[in-house]
Amino acid sequence: MNNQPIIQTENLRKVYGMGDIQVAALGGVDIRIDEGEFVAVMGPSGSGKSTLMNILGCLDRPTDGRYLLAGDDVSGLNKVQLASIRNRRIGFIFQSFNLLSRTSALRNVMLPLVYKREGQLSPKAREEKAMAALEAVGLADRANHEPNEMSGGQRQRVAIARALVNDPVLVMADEPTGNLDTKTGDEIMTLLHELHGRGRTILMVTHEQYIADQTERTIVLVDGRLHTDAANGDK
Amino acid sequence: MATAQETMPGVPARANEKNDELTAVSGIISPVEILRIAWEGVVRNKVRSLLTMLGVIIGVAAVIIMIAISAGTEATIADQIEGLGTNLIFIQASFGRGGPGGGGDTGPSLVFDDTAVVESVAGVTGTAVDQTSVQNVKADGATLTDVSLMGTTTDFPSVRDVAVADGRFFNQTEVDRSAKVAVLGAGLAADLFGESNPIGQSITVGTTKLGVIGVAAEKGVVGNTDFDAMLYVPITLVFDKFTPTMFRQFAGDRVRLIYVQIEEGADMDAVIQQIQLKLAVSKGVTVDELPFTMQTQQDIIDTQGATTAAFRSLLAWVAGVSLIVGGIGIMNIMLVSVTERTREIGIRQSVGATPTDIRLQFLTEAVMLSLVGGLIGVATGVGGSILFGLTSDMRTVIVPSSILLAFGSAALVGILFGFFPANKAAQLDPIEALRHE
Repeated sequence: MNNQPIIQTENLRKVYGMGDIQVAALGGVDIRIDEGEFVAVMGPSGSGKSTLMNILGCLDRPTDGRYLLAGDDVSGLNKVQLASIRNRRIGFIFQSFNLLSRTSALRNVMLPLVYKREGQLSPKAREEKAMAALEAVGLADRANHEPNEMSGGQRQRVAIARALVNDPVLVMADEPTGNLDTKTGDEIMTLLHELHGRGRTILMVTHEQYIADQTERTIVLVDGRLHTDAANGDK
Repeated sequence: MATAQETMPGVPARANEKNDELTAVSGIISPVEILRIAWEGVVRNKVRSLLTMLGVIIGVAAVIIMIAISAGTEATIADQIEGLGTNLIFIQASFGRGGPGGGGDTGPSLVFDDTAVVESVAGVTGTAVDQTSVQNVKADGATLTDVSLMGTTTDFPSVRDVAVADGRFFNQTEVDRSAKVAVLGAGLAADLFGESNPIGQSITVGTTKLGVIGVAAEKGVVGNTDFDAMLYVPITLVFDKFTPTMFRQFAGDRVRLIYVQIEEGADMDAVIQQIQLKLAVSKGVTVDELPFTMQTQQDIIDTQGATTAAFRSLLAWVAGVSLIVGGIGIMNIMLVSVTERTREIGIRQSVGATPTDIRLQFLTEAVMLSLVGGLIGVATGVGGSILFGLTSDMRTVIVPSSILLAFGSAALVGILFGFFPANKAAQLDPIEALRHE
C-alpha cells in the first residue's frame, strides 16, 4: 500500500533576492513521502523549513528542481493552476487556525467546496458534505457557531474539517498544536492519528520533539538542506 | 528533465496523462456564491459599509434634489411666461446706436404714432404702448413715493391680460383728449385708499390731479413687472404732463415699448416681417437699419430656457463631481478594507481561490455597496426633494430620468473605483497574506 509516492522532490532549490545578493533558502532537497505516511518536519528557524512547506503546499514555486505531487509535476504551474491544485489536493491546518471570523463553522468548512471548479456541487450537497466533515471531527452540534464562540481546540477541529472536506491527497499541518495547551494539543494529535489511521498522508511541522516522536518519521532541515531523515523507532 | 525521470521510478506516464487537469483551470465559481461572499463582506462590517456608501448616498441624493430644484424653477418660469398674455410681440427700441441719451445720431426712435403703422399690418389685432416713469402719488390721507406710472392705450387690458375689477379702463376719447383719469393696480388702490372705494376719488400725481375711474384685478408679478403696484393713465397724458417739454421737442412722443397682439393662428414670422417692413418705410430706412428689437413670447421663453438649462447643467456638474467624490470614498475605504482583510484573502487563497475569484469578490462588493448606497440615495433624494418643496418657497419637480441617471452613475462609479482595490486584493501573495496579522 505504501508504495505510491505523494511527495517526490528532486534537488529542490529556492533562492531569494536579485542580482548579487542572493540567499538560498533551500539548497537542493530530495524528499519522498509515500501515501499514508505521517511525517514530522523539524528544524531551527531559518533552516528553510517554512520555504519547503510553502513549496510542498503549492503556495510557492521552487527556483529550481522538480516537485511531483501525487505523480504530477507541479513545479512549473502558474498562480491560477497552483490555486486549483491547492483546492483539489491539499488541506491546510495552521497554527493560528485561520478561520474566517464572523462566519459560521459550517460556512468555514464549506469554503474549499465554494472554490471547487470541476464537478461543482450544488449548494445543498456542499452543505451536506461540510456537515459530514464537521461530524467527523465531532463538532456537528457547533455547525452554526462562529469561531469567536469556540475554544481553541474546537477552532482547530473546524480547521481540520475544512482541510479534509475536499478529500485531499495531502494534509499539511503547520504547528497545529502550537497555539493550544498540552491537553487540547494532545486531543488534536489524537485526531490527526485517527486521520492517519484511516490512510491520510500527513506532513506536519513542529518544534516539539515529543510531538514529532508521535509520527512515523522525522525530517530535520538545517541551513536549507536535509540534515536527517529517519523513521521514529518506537512507533 | 529527462535525467530526473530516470532517477524517479514509478512517476513517468501519469504526469502526462493528467496534464490537462493540471494546466487547464476552467469554469468560474458559482455567481450565486460570489454574490453571497460579497454580501457577507458588506454585512460583516456594517459601520464600515455605511461609511463606504456615504459618499454615494450624498452624491445620488444631491443629483436628484438639484435636478428637482432646477426643474421646479423652470416650471415656475414657464408659468410666469404663460401669464404674459398670448400671441404677443414686443417692439422695443434697441440701445444700439449711441445708446439711450448717448450723444450723436440716435436714429429713428419708437414713437406713439408707430402704433398706427403697426396696426395697419394684417394679422395684428391690437397694440398697446408702454411709457413708464416714476412719480410721487398723493391721495387724501396717504403719500406714496416712487410709484410706477404707466402711460398706455385702451387695448392694454386685453393685450396684457389685465382685467378691470372695479369701474372701467379709460376709452379712446379719453386717450385722444389726454383726459386726467387713472386706473389703479389692486395693491396700489389698497395702499392709497385702504378699505374705502377709490372710484370717483382723486389723486395727485406729481402736481397733476387725476380722477380714479377703475381698479385692476390682482395679477401679481410677471417677469419683472409688479402689475398690482402700477398706476395706469392715458399715454397722451404722460406726454402732456409727465414728459419734460424740452425732451418732447427733441425726441417726439417716444414710447418704451409697443405690445402687439397677433391674431390666433397667424404666422408670427410673416407678421413680424411685415411690421418691420412698414416701420422701415415710414421711417425712411432699410429694415436692417431699423433700431428696434422684436421679441416674441417664444423668444423670451427660449432665453429663459437657455438660462435655466445652463443652471441645470451647472447643478448636474456639481452633483456629478459629488458622485465622483463618492466613488473616491468607496475606493479609499475598499483599499483600507483590502489591507485589513489581508488574512481573509490569504485564507481564501490557501483553499483554492484564484486571483480572479478574489478580484470578483471585491469588485462585486464595491458594486453592491454603491448600488445599496444608490438606493438609499434615491430614497433620500426623493424624500429630500419633497421636503424641500414643502418647506421652502422653491418648487421642486422630481424628474424620473434623474433617478435613473443617478442610480446608473452610482453603479458605474462602483465598478470604476472598485477595480483598483479589487486588483490589489487579487495580486496579494498567498504566503504574505497568510502571515499578515
